[in-house]
Amino acid sequence: MGRYETVIGLEVHAQLATQSKLFCSCSNRFGDEPNVNVCAVCSGMPGVLPVLNEKAVEYACKMAMAIDCAINERSIFARKNYFYPDLPKGYQISQFETPLAERGKVRITVGAAEKVIGVTRIHLEDDAGKLIHSPAENVSRVDLNRSGTPLIEIVSEPDLRGAEEAVAYLKELRAILVYLGICDGNMEEGSFRCDANVSLRPAGQEQFGTRAELKNMNSFRHVQKAIEYEVARQADLLDDGEQVIQETRLYDADKGVTVSMRGKEQAHDYRYFPDPDLPPIVVAKEKLAALRAGLPELPRAKRERFVADCGIPAQDALVLTQEKELADYFEAALAAGADPKKAANWIMTEFLRELNQAGLAPGAAKMTPEKLAALIKLIDSGAISGKIGKQIFPDLFTSGDDPGAYVAAKGLAQISDASALEAAVDAALAESQAEVAAFKGGKTKLMGFFVGLVMKKTKGQANPGLVNELLAKKLG
Amino acid sequence: MKITPERVAAVAKLARLTFTAEELTRFAAQIGDILAYMDMLNSLDTTGVEPLYSPAGLAGPTGATRPDQARQANSRSETLANAPATDGEFFLVPRVV
Repeated sequence: MGRYETVIGLEVHAQLATQSKLFCSCSNRFGDEPNVNVCAVCSGMPGVLPVLNEKAVEYACKMAMAIDCAINERSIFARKNYFYPDLPKGYQISQFETPLAERGKVRITVGAAEKVIGVTRIHLEDDAGKLIHSPAENVSRVDLNRSGTPLIEIVSEPDLRGAEEAVAYLKELRAILVYLGICDGNMEEGSFRCDANVSLRPAGQEQFGTRAELKNMNSFRHVQKAIEYEVARQADLLDDGEQVIQETRLYDADKGVTVSMRGKEQAHDYRYFPDPDLPPIVVAKEKLAALRAGLPELPRAKRERFVADCGIPAQDALVLTQEKELADYFEAALAAGADPKKAANWIMTEFLRELNQAGLAPGAAKMTPEKLAALIKLIDSGAISGKIGKQIFPDLFTSGDDPGAYVAAKGLAQISDASALEAAVDAALAESQAEVAAFKGGKTKLMGFFVGLVMKKTKGQANPGLVNELLAKKLG
Repeated sequence: MKITPERVAAVAKLARLTFTAEELTRFAAQIGDILAYMDMLNSLDTTGVEPLYSPAGLAGPTGATRPDQARQANSRSETLANAPATDGEFFLVPRVV
């Protein structure tokens, strides 16, 4: 594949977490009964007047600031005209010539490398309704609850050079949106969606090849797979001397392929024109200053702080900061007195595993950060062994029991009393005469065998250091 | 700009309209006349004049937005009252995929 360079630009649609829609006061809640949050404006009745949601503008400005975009003093809304049953107005209200913000950048980390991805623009627009197609009947059902809900579209420069970079960029954007509290970032529910423009060009060539636009990818894994498939498909075409057709292709997650989407939008002629119903967006300088002053700590800053202050590796910091709730959990565990490196390890292995199995968000886990800190302290103090800690972790996670009380109730405390361990050590040596002889004959590797035997006899509760010490004394 | 019947047909298609050949020719002439009037406006020198995209802009930047408060405007039955076809929950349209 080295003969071609992959060129990717991404268009991300993020649903803003406002209370109401972009141009009317209908609720922006997800998951309601169909068509309950619909009014004359968002159902496209004639003669209505859209009025812009102030909060949506603020949220869009926050994102613009977070990724270093220049916010235009004045930006205008435009109508993007097309007919489809999920679009009752017959046009989407979007921004065309003058978007809200332009020329931003997102820093991403792929493996050990850092890269800056350019952002062309951020603009505000309203979303379409939802169509439900029934295979059995000859109808489609239209739900307008989503019609008119606020989106920002974030368009990247064609700076991405592969699926891995594309996913890293998306994860970073999503993390920023969630940290800002302006989008819930839920890809499955469609509040964070992405279209990918993918093309190949012969290595060393400056001019871009013909691109295909990929849609319908609702997880990071889908994005990765769809791009990988598309890159291979285009490389095959070019190898055979064929042309890539500029078209929209849908990702089929079941088959793992991209399929040409004929019809609907092939003839792009949206006849954009400025929307006469809406005045330009003008955000006062004082308001921008206040928004900027109120920006929270963003993922990158948090990551750098974790590395600098907690001494954890950059890769661990990346994992811990990708979900804001997980970063909050980590910090709460530290506040409860847990050692940073140990807390990071427990969270990234045991905690994340149980969390994913249970399908929970970090904040919803019964095992609170304080309880995790308590567990780590039990191990640090030698009250239980690390091995026991791992064994009881799933139980503690599910029950939310206090680790100290749990250990006491189950009698799992580590045996650190030499007199209590001596019997087990003696018994172990007594039943392995042959090994003892071999050890004394120079096979010192057998030490591990003896330790294991003592551990077995004490159900893993023996203090390993002490066992070693006792064995050394008795065999010496 | 010269408007041809073909151009009218293309725009009509985007608007989901069907015209006879006679109509295409007639509308081409009429739309051409309207655009000729625009050409007349274009002959004015507007150098240095900020385009007025919307008369709404004259109201100024204040009061052009609303606070983010949600309220229910209509019940579902009101929303669906004028629908040509509905199952009581959704608008029904001819199947599109």
